[in-house]
Amino acid sequence: MAKRIDVSDLHIYYGNFLAVENVNVSIEPRSITALIGPSGCGKSTFLRSLNRMHEVIPGARVEGKVVMDGVDLYGSDVDPVDVRRQIGMVFQRPNPFPTMSIYENVAAGLRLNAKRMKKSDLDDLVERSLKGANLWTEVKDRLDRPGAGLSGGQQQRLCIARAIAVEPDVLLMDEPCSALDPISTLAIEDLMTELKERFTIVIVTHNMQQAARVSEQTGFFNLNGVGQPGRLIEFNPTEKIFSNPDQKATEDYISGRFG
Amino acid sequence: MSQTSTAPAPTGSSAPTPRRGERARRVPNWAPWAAFAGAAVVVGALWPLLDLNIALFVLYTVVLGTLAVYLLTRSVEGSRQAIDRLVTCLVVSAFGLAMVPLVSLVWEVVSRGIGRLDGTFFNSSLVGIVGEGGGAYHAIMGTLIITALTTLISVPIGLMTAVFLVEYARGRLKRAITFLVDVMTGIPSIVAGLFAYALFAIFLGPGVRLGIMGAIALSVLMIPVVVRSAEEVLKLVPNELREASYALGVPKWRTIVKVVIPTAIAGLGTGVTLAIARVVGETAPLLITLGITTATNLNAFDGRMATLPVYAYYQLTQPGVPPQFATDRAWTAALVLIILVMGLNVVARLISRFFAPKSGR
Repeated sequence: MAKRIDVSDLHIYYGNFLAVENVNVSIEPRSITALIGPSGCGKSTFLRSLNRMHEVIPGARVEGKVVMDGVDLYGSDVDPVDVRRQIGMVFQRPNPFPTMSIYENVAAGLRLNAKRMKKSDLDDLVERSLKGANLWTEVKDRLDRPGAGLSGGQQQRLCIARAIAVEPDVLLMDEPCSALDPISTLAIEDLMTELKERFTIVIVTHNMQQAARVSEQTGFFNLNGVGQPGRLIEFNPTEKIFSNPDQKATEDYISGRFG
Repeated sequence: MSQTSTAPAPTGSSAPTPRRGERARRVPNWAPWAAFAGAAVVVGALWPLLDLNIALFVLYTVVLGTLAVYLLTRSVEGSRQAIDRLVTCLVVSAFGLAMVPLVSLVWEVVSRGIGRLDGTFFNSSLVGIVGEGGGAYHAIMGTLIITALTTLISVPIGLMTAVFLVEYARGRLKRAITFLVDVMTGIPSIVAGLFAYALFAIFLGPGVRLGIMGAIALSVLMIPVVVRSAEEVLKLVPNELREASYALGVPKWRTIVKVVIPTAIAGLGTGVTLAIARVVGETAPLLITLGITTATNLNAFDGRMATLPVYAYYQLTQPGVPPQFATDRAWTAALVLIILVMGLNVVARLISRFFAPKSGR
């Protein structure tokens, strides 16, 4: 059910402040697209604008088009809640619901939306999602324990299980490994490679090796200075970005010559 | 003070700083206690001379003991440690001073009220009682009914206001409401009573007394307390949880009902319970809205009702002849009120313990 997203002339604002300027990009289905760039350049802001999480912040708004499957996500007749049901998100810090057990956390997307479902179907869904997030074997004996009791890496995979349980078309990941150790990071990178068979994945990362390892396409964001809007400098296949980028700034960033 | 330390006597007025590697000279742990014991002995010896009473005895002992500890520490350990000990003495004294009224109040109420804390007090009213006997059944039931009604009115309004302030309100409107809630927190309780009285006088004429009037007057006092405590608790819910819920495609109202409020439920329960404890002992507004009666009236929409604080007030101010029996009843009513408030505080603690999100570790 993976879908393609076309972004055209997208400007993203916080109040009157232009945070990201003029993004034109098209995100391929069943692939991983990585977004890299220095802190504060608007990667996360851009990512959040893809499923309308951006507008949760007071005063935040966008101009331009984000088209998925021929539908403009920012069209006046589109409900942001519907958009978020189709485009799931995993955050930088693992954020399982502290009042819920592991089982309830995975089922949260359905339970919170008051979808009626037979117990056995729900059990199947939870098992499938946890298996999909490579967490099943670790937690299958303690599904009724609180989700907050897991380790950081397990919590993050629990959040991924929660996100894929609602069967979104696209999965956005905002630095999902930045709070994790290398082994948990590896587990999540393997998971992403599996998930891209079914989902379109967009990941923001500060780890350039990670971008090189997992992604097919890479976008490089940069900004000219403090207070200036961030811009998408280059968007190309990952191999090209890391071997022979079109832009000097990309090469400088990747080779560590600045930032 | 005649304390000697384990260390050799200092040569100068202040102790020299020990050299590196040399063990610092210390006043032994029991020395401060000994200093206070010595001070007590000295002041005790002077008792007949100075014609002391117990309060002055304690005061002089504390002052003299503190001085002794300071001088002793200064001569042995140096001025920094001496100031440290001095401040410790001051802080402990302040704590002791704060405990004096609390302990004496509890002691007074318990010792005077325990005598009438019997079965009759809990199961009979004051109908036909002029002297001995009688109870506060009608007042206890009145307090429970009025408090329950108040809670029923205040908690939904207060919680929803808090949710509105935290989740929806922005900018000027939010500041205006917060300001008004703060002002309401400071309303004198008699004003709340007069408000309810005036409100009902418009519809039912002057001189009307109803249980529901009292509940409304108390709600005016309770709502701001609930709003403030609930607002603080809701603010503590991490924004990440809201975002996690939104990202699952959950609408805002459902996020609030199913994620935000369950996460904050322990704090909300505690806040509400403490707000109840705050209004359960209110007297002035009930005096003008409920009045007092000697008979049991369990209908809050029909006529006067008795409540514990007003009951205690009337038993004390209009005791009849001889006054002893009514005065005893007043103290017992006060004791029952204190027990109620303490019970509510215990409930608040239990709520915060049992409903807090569990880490599972």
